[in-house]
Amino acid sequence: MCGIVGLLLKEPTLRDKLGELMAPMLIGMTSRGPDSAGVALFSEPVDDGVSKISLFWGEGVADWKSLARDFSAAFSGKSQFTETGRHAVLQTATAPEDVRRWFAAAAPQVYLLSVGSSIDLYKDIGAPAQIVARYGLDKAVGTHVVAHTRMATESAVTPAHAHPFTAGRDFCLVHNGSLSNPHLVRKKLEPLGITFVTDNDTEAACRFFEWRMREGDDLTTAVQRGFSELDGFFTFLMGTDKEMLIVRDAFACKPAVVAETDDYVAIASEFRSLAHLPGVRHAHVFEPKPEEVYSWKV
Amino acid sequence: MEGLKQFDLAVTPLREVNRFLHLEAQGAGVRHVKIFNADGAHSIAAGCHAPLDIEVDGHAGYYLGGMNMQANITVHGNAGPGVGENMMSGSIRVAGFASTAAGASAHGGLLVIHGDAALRCGISLKGGDIVVGGNVGGFSAFMAQAGRIVICGDAGDALGDSLYEAVIYVRGQVRSLGADARYEPMGDADFAAVQQLLAASGLNHSPREFRRVASAKTLYHWNADANQEY
Repeated sequence: MCGIVGLLLKEPTLRDKLGELMAPMLIGMTSRGPDSAGVALFSEPVDDGVSKISLFWGEGVADWKSLARDFSAAFSGKSQFTETGRHAVLQTATAPEDVRRWFAAAAPQVYLLSVGSSIDLYKDIGAPAQIVARYGLDKAVGTHVVAHTRMATESAVTPAHAHPFTAGRDFCLVHNGSLSNPHLVRKKLEPLGITFVTDNDTEAACRFFEWRMREGDDLTTAVQRGFSELDGFFTFLMGTDKEMLIVRDAFACKPAVVAETDDYVAIASEFRSLAHLPGVRHAHVFEPKPEEVYSWKV
Repeated sequence: MEGLKQFDLAVTPLREVNRFLHLEAQGAGVRHVKIFNADGAHSIAAGCHAPLDIEVDGHAGYYLGGMNMQANITVHGNAGPGVGENMMSGSIRVAGFASTAAGASAHGGLLVIHGDAALRCGISLKGGDIVVGGNVGGFSAFMAQAGRIVICGDAGDALGDSLYEAVIYVRGQVRSLGADARYEPMGDADFAAVQQLLAASGLNHSPREFRRVASAKTLYHWNADANQEY
């Protein structure tokens, strides 16, 4: 199972309601994935030279205030932590690689969930409704969202194994399905210096596509290249700061429904997660064809 | 309208609606049921066993009209995976598209899809009739054992793979035939069958435009020398 959810708002006046529209979509997919959920939110980019880094406090009691003090002492530039429980967003001019190295040494209990200019990432274990409430995701504002409800089938139920997965800057992927060769993909990528944080199959796909984009492919080309490299059955839904993209395997084993209006593009594993959206009765509703790449720009 | 009962799935739980269809409709003298706000709910009007006319407003989720017997069901929208799965008799009409495995294992009845059908339409068909106004996806009629499938548009990969006695009539392009499926000449009985199924479906094409696909029956007996060449 697993449920995928995507919403891209074409109509700028709806952007204040991104979370309000998305939350029922995510909760609607609870029966497909009740053990964990995650949401990647894309909003207006931060200033040039600044990175937005989503953090998750894994072990122990979250103490972002003392961590923020230690971080400021270590790096001279301006930085800002915005915390919600175990989650925080760090905005900093420090290079992400330096941030990553510092956290690995000074606060190994903190995971870096995403790095970019537009992306904020939330993921945790629990039912989708709990995760929406825990992080106030129904209040989210932004241009588009890529989200997931997980029913774990191939690796552990932990916050790190929840989707979305990220790699590079402003890129995330959620997946319904399972890959049969994630370890081969990993073996191909690790000698190139690409590191993995979990044993999850989806992470292999995510890092493969991001690697291809760093090598010069656009996302659509990277995904097309994936057809010969990634074996299994899948619906992949991806987000970058500029687009949202969905693709299914050659047998379309895993479901996906798209509803498009002048105001938005909404995607879910099943139509019942789209049914509450305004104007959905008059939307163009269709199912993505096997191995055809569908992409919408912000 | 006499004998009409209406349900709004935004208000009434689907379980209650299906219980009414199964156990109460006939006793209450109801002949015609309208169901509003389908909103992708699963198993709407599944397991019906009464000569009811059922109209569904909106997009249906999985298994609409599954195991249907006697009822005539119309969906004014799209249908999710497994519409009419294991239908025994009666009819199901879908105004929009149908997702994967439409009419899977149907034993009887008529399933009409006015839009496209996704992959595996009529997989393991056991005797029902399926008419698709648009295109069908790959692997349609896979291992279909009996019954007829009329495809007014195009077909995807591996049409009719490992067919038994079911017959396919296709009007458009076929991306590929599956193992053991072959084109055969249309006979008078074929033209009449297509004519009858199109008329029953409210579709207007000339039967002369259709080709017949049926089993070459080379897979009926195990051939140890085939060397997996199928």
